[in-house]
Amino acid sequence: MTGWAELERFLQTDPRDVGCEQALHVMHIYVELVLDDASGAEASRRYPGVAAHLLACGPCAEDYQGLLTAARGDRR
Amino acid sequence: METGVLAVLVPVAGCWSAASRIGGVAPAEASSGASADRPKLRGVGVAAGGGLDGRGLDEDTAHWLATLGGTGRAREQAIGRLHEMLLRVARAELSRRGGHPVTGPELDDLAHQSADDAVVAVTAKLDQFRGESRFTTWAFKFVILEVSAKLGRHFWQRPAVSFDGEDWDRLPDRFGMRPDEHAQQRELIAAVRRAVEQELTERQRQVFVAIVVEGVPLDALVARLGSNRNAIYKTMFDARRKLRAALAANGYLSTYEAGPKDTGAVRRS
Repeated sequence: MTGWAELERFLQTDPRDVGCEQALHVMHIYVELVLDDASGAEASRRYPGVAAHLLACGPCAEDYQGLLTAARGDRR
Repeated sequence: METGVLAVLVPVAGCWSAASRIGGVAPAEASSGASADRPKLRGVGVAAGGGLDGRGLDEDTAHWLATLGGTGRAREQAIGRLHEMLLRVARAELSRRGGHPVTGPELDDLAHQSADDAVVAVTAKLDQFRGESRFTTWAFKFVILEVSAKLGRHFWQRPAVSFDGEDWDRLPDRFGMRPDEHAQQRELIAAVRRAVEQELTERQRQVFVAIVVEGVPLDALVARLGSNRNAIYKTMFDARRKLRAALAANGYLSTYEAGPKDTGAVRRS
């Protein structure tokens, strides 16, 4: 990806994006949906705005990844 | 090497992938099926016999709720186990996350602080647990958010950026442009800078420059401005839309297709 393409991607916004507050509010539910269906399809279907947000927000995606890792470890 | 501003706002490619900040849920995405007429476990928000999605509580969750919602020695022991579990998660999360300078005793102190604060939050908000996930997953969220917030605050102890003036020359590096691309991109960067100065509000410009030009992590900026992640993200979201529209209008972007649906679903908090 060239630098300009990266800038273009950065400037793109998804109208479904629900923002950090709402994404964090349901993140534990979202994570368990992903653990039940690793494709993430069900989680994205039930929470499309959260899926859109996690693609655009690095800090929330980092939290999501951490929570997914912790919850996955807890299931073992 | 940092991959540029996308590392700040956008998850790293292939990576699909604090406590008091957890607010409401989008109406269209809220779960349903609340059973308000069922008896509640003492001190907790979930009805006895199951979560709000109709599934029964798993045995582990029911035990956590019974002990943390109880009294006396059993509750104290449960809080001790909760702290031990959240401390383990905090340590693992700090280890999992790279890119921060915290090490040694300071790292462990940060893990302890995160676990301490998360335990306080979990026990205080126990009546808000709705049984829509395992209790442990819900509790883990609190400590993960504490880790994020504390790393954001810690950034300012040894900031890796300076604020002695905006250095727009960094922008090519922030977007991963190769040195041989810089000359070609100079005009485009100048266009971005013009759009930032002409199209954005003062607040949007402040946030954009800090995050994109200076490379301040979003959670660190939250701590610096005494704001919250949602508000800063919303400010950046609006700034990104404005800049994209301006660059498209001036012929720098040819694929702007926001259309009438692009109303911006991110809500202010």
